[in-house]
Amino acid sequence: MTRRKPIATGSDWNFEALETYERAIAELAREYRLDTYPNQIEIITSEQMMDAYASVGMPIGYHHWSFGKQFLSVEQAYRRGQMGLAYELVINSDPCIAYLMEENSLMMQVLVIAHACYGHNSFFKGNYLFRTWTDASAIVDYLVFARSYVAKCEERHGVEAVEQLLDACHALQNYGVDRYKRPSPISAGEEARRQEEREAYLQTQVNRLWSTIPPVVSELAQEPLHDHENDPLGLHRHGRYPSEPQENLLYFLEKNAPLLEPWQREIVRIVRKLAQYFYPQRQTQVMNEGWATFWHYTLMNRLYDDGLIDEGIMLEFLQSHTSVVTQPGFDSPYFNGINPYALGFAMFSDIQRICRAPTDEDREWFPDIAGSDWLETLHFAMQNFKDESFIQQFLSPKVIRDLKLFSLVDDDRDDSLQIEAIHDDRGYRRIREALSVQYALSAREPNIQVWEADIRGDRSLTLRHVQDRRRPLGQSLFPVMRYLHQLWGFPIKLESTEGDDIVRRYQWPIPEPTRESA
Amino acid sequence: MSYFIDRRPNARHKSAVNRQRFLQRYRSHIKRAAEESVNRRSITDMERGEKVSIPTKDISEPSFQHGPGGRRTVVSPGNKEFAEGDRLRRPGGGGGGGGSGEGQAGNQGEGMDEFVFSLSREEFLDFVFDGLELPHLERKQLQVLEETRPVRAGISKEGVPARINIVRSMREAQARRIGMRAPLKRALREAQEALDAEERKDPVLRNPARIDELKSEIARLEKRIASIPFLDTYDLRYNHLTHQPMPSNQAVMFCIMDVSGSMTQAHKDIGKRFFLLLYLFLERNYEKVELVFVRHHTVAKEVDEEEFFYSRETGGTIVSSALTLVNSIIEARYAPEQWNLYVAQASDGDNWDDDSSNCLELLNESLMRKLQYFTYVEITPHAHQALWEAYDTVRAAYPERFAMQQIVQAEDIYPVFRKLFRQRAQG
Repeated sequence: MTRRKPIATGSDWNFEALETYERAIAELAREYRLDTYPNQIEIITSEQMMDAYASVGMPIGYHHWSFGKQFLSVEQAYRRGQMGLAYELVINSDPCIAYLMEENSLMMQVLVIAHACYGHNSFFKGNYLFRTWTDASAIVDYLVFARSYVAKCEERHGVEAVEQLLDACHALQNYGVDRYKRPSPISAGEEARRQEEREAYLQTQVNRLWSTIPPVVSELAQEPLHDHENDPLGLHRHGRYPSEPQENLLYFLEKNAPLLEPWQREIVRIVRKLAQYFYPQRQTQVMNEGWATFWHYTLMNRLYDDGLIDEGIMLEFLQSHTSVVTQPGFDSPYFNGINPYALGFAMFSDIQRICRAPTDEDREWFPDIAGSDWLETLHFAMQNFKDESFIQQFLSPKVIRDLKLFSLVDDDRDDSLQIEAIHDDRGYRRIREALSVQYALSAREPNIQVWEADIRGDRSLTLRHVQDRRRPLGQSLFPVMRYLHQLWGFPIKLESTEGDDIVRRYQWPIPEPTRESA
Repeated sequence: MSYFIDRRPNARHKSAVNRQRFLQRYRSHIKRAAEESVNRRSITDMERGEKVSIPTKDISEPSFQHGPGGRRTVVSPGNKEFAEGDRLRRPGGGGGGGGSGEGQAGNQGEGMDEFVFSLSREEFLDFVFDGLELPHLERKQLQVLEETRPVRAGISKEGVPARINIVRSMREAQARRIGMRAPLKRALREAQEALDAEERKDPVLRNPARIDELKSEIARLEKRIASIPFLDTYDLRYNHLTHQPMPSNQAVMFCIMDVSGSMTQAHKDIGKRFFLLLYLFLERNYEKVELVFVRHHTVAKEVDEEEFFYSRETGGTIVSSALTLVNSIIEARYAPEQWNLYVAQASDGDNWDDDSSNCLELLNESLMRKLQYFTYVEITPHAHQALWEAYDTVRAAYPERFAMQQIVQAEDIYPVFRKLFRQRAQG
């Protein structure tokens, strides 16, 4: 391949150079079959970047104090020099919006175009979670709808009422996701059109559900009676409601909370829809960053090989890239958990290596992909996994050795910590297993589901927490239950279960005479 | 397919609303922090914003989380000497599952108990001066103000092209066109009908002279209709503006400070701080407040802001000299019917022995009647002297309009300031 003249040199950028680089990168990306949404690349100032941060990168959002808090903390950290702003921010939308900071050097802008506009963008378009759970073409419209709806509610019901409701919903937003069902796509026009009829319909549904409630009898409220002797007419023999446990707490509240006004249900819905939109991002951190980093690395090297960037830019790039993928050890003062860029980049690079130059170890561990077409395999890995399964499937002994991973067991029944596995033959599989679990959302967040709404008794709502390896719920439990209580309007009970046994019970409001502890 | 957009000229501060919401929600926390900081920092420092911290637990957003305890496995990088099966002491030594593994300990180990953020200068001063006002502010003398503002006052036929009212002009033009054409059109129609009637006749019976006449009449009418202008000068209408006198509150604040030898540097600093606070307060609350700075020892002198705060002098003390000067300035420049007059005075309480009675007389006889409010701060840790007693009599005579406070040390400045300018209930 003939080396061409560099498109630009030095550290200052201009639009013309960026456009030329963008076209060059697009050409290379086609060669690597990176399928992307159209790119909308926006140059912004650092202040605008802080704004973008505060709204989780959304170009538009409803107003809430928590975004202000986010903004203030970003601003403070940035001003004090504790934190550099990200060089880019990219939004899963169609067209894919990428923000580039004006302060970036020429090298940085080119790097960021490769990273965000071709790396992340192709991930958004290709990965199954994003394809299933989000609708890139509708998100901006929906945000517009959400913002104007919330603003309308603020006008009609007061800022404070809306704020309190949003506080409560935000506390539960991680439990506003359908994990197994594919949600229907959202769009602003559709939402606005449907919103009113939904309002009316929903209310009748809720009314019908609750119209069966007999007057609350105080004895019944204490202990629901199901046996034949006390309930010969079978008034209570209706089975549980809901008949299956519900994982989506916000959805359940939206449809069933007895006292919410229609507009309040709509706001619960908005928070839930947005949580749903962010759900894939929380599960593909390593993969998403790894994929984008792998491609910026590959594309930058190609640009250099083709002579489109000079040595100066290349050196600056290598320096920056190296710091991005650095993984400090657990005992380093800079250690801040596993760096998703480092792990992801190492894994994708390693898949490429396994395909191109497999060792005997690779053939034994990865018979399917060793020696296969690397581009094909990489695309397959990107499209069909999330962090949890990606690690389970592709974390190789070599990466474990390179990062010197080890797993540590902390058991409160044991007075010392134990090293369970290290980077040796006996440990690879266990480390892979443990790391995969570490990235599983189900292990990171307590598993809590709606168990029963006592619609024929005291209207209390019972949640079940399935304990994972005896790990109890944290301190924040009661504030969250208080919010739940605000939404539901009647007492909230929560039971922690281990196996088939209920090991702990919580209640909000806390009952007057404190119960004997379970 | 890609395109670039330069968003830099777009609005920044998209988060401004959210930021305000946050400040509103934690108002009480922030106000407390602002008050503490006013007392702590040097007042010349007021030009910058302030860092405020709030306990993190007060502003946390709760969600369901795992607590400590149970069994957990953490994978971390960078193993150096561990081998499988090694046992380690739990960091922190707490039994019963206090630690959550080293991976997470590193993650959360930073001392993040406080949520720290910065307020801008404006926001900071908002909190500092929250709930304060100039008392007894009245609207004086609305008629003779030179200040006017242009107000829309209907439509006129004359004006400058820049104020043309297009809609009204076009409407006039249309009306005129319709009005002017109507008789011509009617005549045209009649002529046309006559011509048609004439032409329908048998050729023998036609009157060629009549036909020619009608044809020329038609041509004439058509020409006249065509010559009616689409827009004529007398169609033009202009937005009319008149100048309306603007009601405004005019206020003058006289700042009087004793700079005599008896005032130690510390006293002067405290006095300056007080006035700076006052100055900032006035500057941001009233657009139309004039400030007059008067400093005095044995003689009083009107000075500018710079000199007032930053230059030094020594000498004896005659307070009445300042009051006399103020009085004459009022007479010369600020008629009490037109201006709200305020006086703030700072002193250590020293005065020539027989001068305090002069002050008393000056205030009671002439000054107080003109003033809206007189505040006096005495900066002294010692017992009060004659001046305080004299002023006390004034206070008894004008309890509504005269206030005095003592400042012992710098920390008192802000509370005293608040006391003097607390918002009064209306009515």
